[in-house]
Amino acid sequence: MANSTIDGWQLLRGYTTARIALGRAGVATSTAVNLQFQLDHARARDAVHQGLNVDALAAVCTATLANIGGNHSQHLLPAIQLSSLAGDRHGYLQRPDLGRQLPELQWQALAERAATQAPIDVALIVGDGLSSAAVSAHAAPVLAPLIAGLAELGLQLGPLCIASQARVALADDIGEALGASLSVILIGERPGLSSPDSLGMYITFRPKRGCSDAERNCISNIRDAGLSYQQAVDTALYLIRGALLKGFSGTHLKDDSATLTASCLGVPFLK
Amino acid sequence: MSFTIQLGRHSYHFADLKTLLAKASPARSGDYLAGIAAASHEERVAAQWVLADLPLRHFMNELVIPYESDEITRLIVDGHDLAAFAPVAHLTVGGFRDWLLSDTADTVALTALAPGLMPEMVAAVSKLMRMQDLIVVAKKCEVITRFRNTIGLRGHFSTRLQPNHPSDNAAGIAASLIDGLLYASGDAVIGINPASDNTQAVGRLMGLLDEFIQRFEIPTQSCVLTHVSTTLALINQGAPVDLVFQSIAGSEAANSSFGISVAMLSEAHDAAQSLGRGTVGDNVMYFETGQGSALSANAHHGVDQQTIETRAYGLARKFSPLLVNTVVGFIGPEYLYNGKQIIRAGLEDHFCGKLLGLPMGCDICYTNHAEADQDDLDTLLTQFALAGGSFIMGVPGGDDIMLNYQSTSFHDALAIRRLLSLPPAPEFLQWLQKTEIMDGKGNLLSGQRLPPVFAKALTFTETGHGQ
Repeated sequence: MANSTIDGWQLLRGYTTARIALGRAGVATSTAVNLQFQLDHARARDAVHQGLNVDALAAVCTATLANIGGNHSQHLLPAIQLSSLAGDRHGYLQRPDLGRQLPELQWQALAERAATQAPIDVALIVGDGLSSAAVSAHAAPVLAPLIAGLAELGLQLGPLCIASQARVALADDIGEALGASLSVILIGERPGLSSPDSLGMYITFRPKRGCSDAERNCISNIRDAGLSYQQAVDTALYLIRGALLKGFSGTHLKDDSATLTASCLGVPFLK
Repeated sequence: MSFTIQLGRHSYHFADLKTLLAKASPARSGDYLAGIAAASHEERVAAQWVLADLPLRHFMNELVIPYESDEITRLIVDGHDLAAFAPVAHLTVGGFRDWLLSDTADTVALTALAPGLMPEMVAAVSKLMRMQDLIVVAKKCEVITRFRNTIGLRGHFSTRLQPNHPSDNAAGIAASLIDGLLYASGDAVIGINPASDNTQAVGRLMGLLDEFIQRFEIPTQSCVLTHVSTTLALINQGAPVDLVFQSIAGSEAANSSFGISVAMLSEAHDAAQSLGRGTVGDNVMYFETGQGSALSANAHHGVDQQTIETRAYGLARKFSPLLVNTVVGFIGPEYLYNGKQIIRAGLEDHFCGKLLGLPMGCDICYTNHAEADQDDLDTLLTQFALAGGSFIMGVPGGDDIMLNYQSTSFHDALAIRRLLSLPPAPEFLQWLQKTEIMDGKGNLLSGQRLPPVFAKALTFTETGHGQ
């Protein structure tokens, strides 16, 4: 392509999935770069509308978690399937308020169930959010070390809840119904051009309807090219310990842990 | 106070000022979501008609959120400069629109007027304006701010270099940073959205940016966009903080949901200024806003999203920020449904911010669940630059791999510079020419051949490992 300029720093592409050293035609991107962008946009848009296969996810979680956690997680399984008031994808996208609420019947059923069991320290929820692909791919591998870590801390876990058409704050409804001290929701983040399957995790102390976002801690970008499962779980356990100890979560609960990993240090290509 | 108007056979009634403003607002999904939008096209125009006849003075007597219960309202009312307001004090909202479009309202007059305007007055007049009006009037405003360079000079256009990485990997960030610099991006700020809130990790990123700026002697400023309390803690630990970042909104309740208050912002502002790191000025704050954030936090008080967005600018101006960025398409289709709504909102925010005396930039962007695409981004970019917008984002290939949305690319910025003859901030332009990234005519020199400083600094003996 004689009419385009190739960038002399293409080797930097080995260090990030960002679209760098693209070269240019004039000051625009080349036809091939443009078409790749359009293809990725099309895929990301399609990913938003892909529904979550709740049964398949429940089966995977059950298989993964069956042997973890001992007594503290005896109520974890079977997983409970929930769906927000949003109903379908169209309603979900237009009405975020509905995606934050559980239908009254589901709420009551959870509350009744919790009343018959030991008080729950941590409610665990998996929600589709904006990317069912994210939870399908990453929820079980995050839950396994997370549950093991929580059980090691001696915390009582509630039933695993799998919710469709879920917004982050649906965890408030679920956590409140279960009477949990703290909720953790794993949820699909908005699909990006290069990351249709990015998982987020939100931690809220004393979850209840009407909690504000300032009361949550968020761990984002859990995926192959982002935060590793172990890093995410380490941070989550640090925050959960802190929240239960201090009696709050959110902007005042800082992640002050020393998490210097080798991959974060240094810039190898700078002299 | 309630308002009534007879249009043909229909009579329209509006219970109070905030209802009138909401019904007069051009259609957008967030106001429908809040249940406050006009119920018909005719009701919207009826509201606009009533609004046009409303004296500007009325906004001083009827507040959309009560003085007693909201510190943003108190900031707006207590800070209202009556002497500056005098030239337009006799006008209605409709009369104010005509005045703004007239030749009387030149750059000098508009600069003097800014402290005399309440945000709600500005929001109101924008609802009576077409996009052409929003562009023409905003273009007359000039808001100049300084830290290590000069942002907002007429005929200049700046970019924030945004080298985000999903795990805050230093090499990954540095790779995007170098790519951006070689594409002439980064005079507004080099700003990282960290994936992690970890204090130590954020501090490390601040150190990385500081090292880059010092090593390559770049006349620009850095920012790691973390919560103000984290930045404050790091300032106290001696971290090299140039700009303090915070997302802000137009009601006290919304800001509470962000975990911030006016007092907290004041403390961080003073702490950053005390470091004295600016070389040509001391504007140390970087704010981000966006229509819909108050509603999203359930803290909108029945006020429409465009009016409450403008109130956030009332908060911002207390701190003389270096940069205010409306992140217009980020929030999603529940608040701005499609390209049309995003484009209009971007131009409204720029107009309102500039009229209130703020250095307005725009993150021209969209998410993958919105009805928008690159064509919409191109349209807003062109119109925003025509309107005299202060700065935009620079994201590699337009794809932010950490925040998962599309924004303007380094290439987009170059295209608009070429199209409208808009060089970056003068100090930065000089650096680009000295380092041979750009020639004297603003053409990009970097390409196959690396500029000498970078050729010397980079070593490609070891290839990367992806993460």
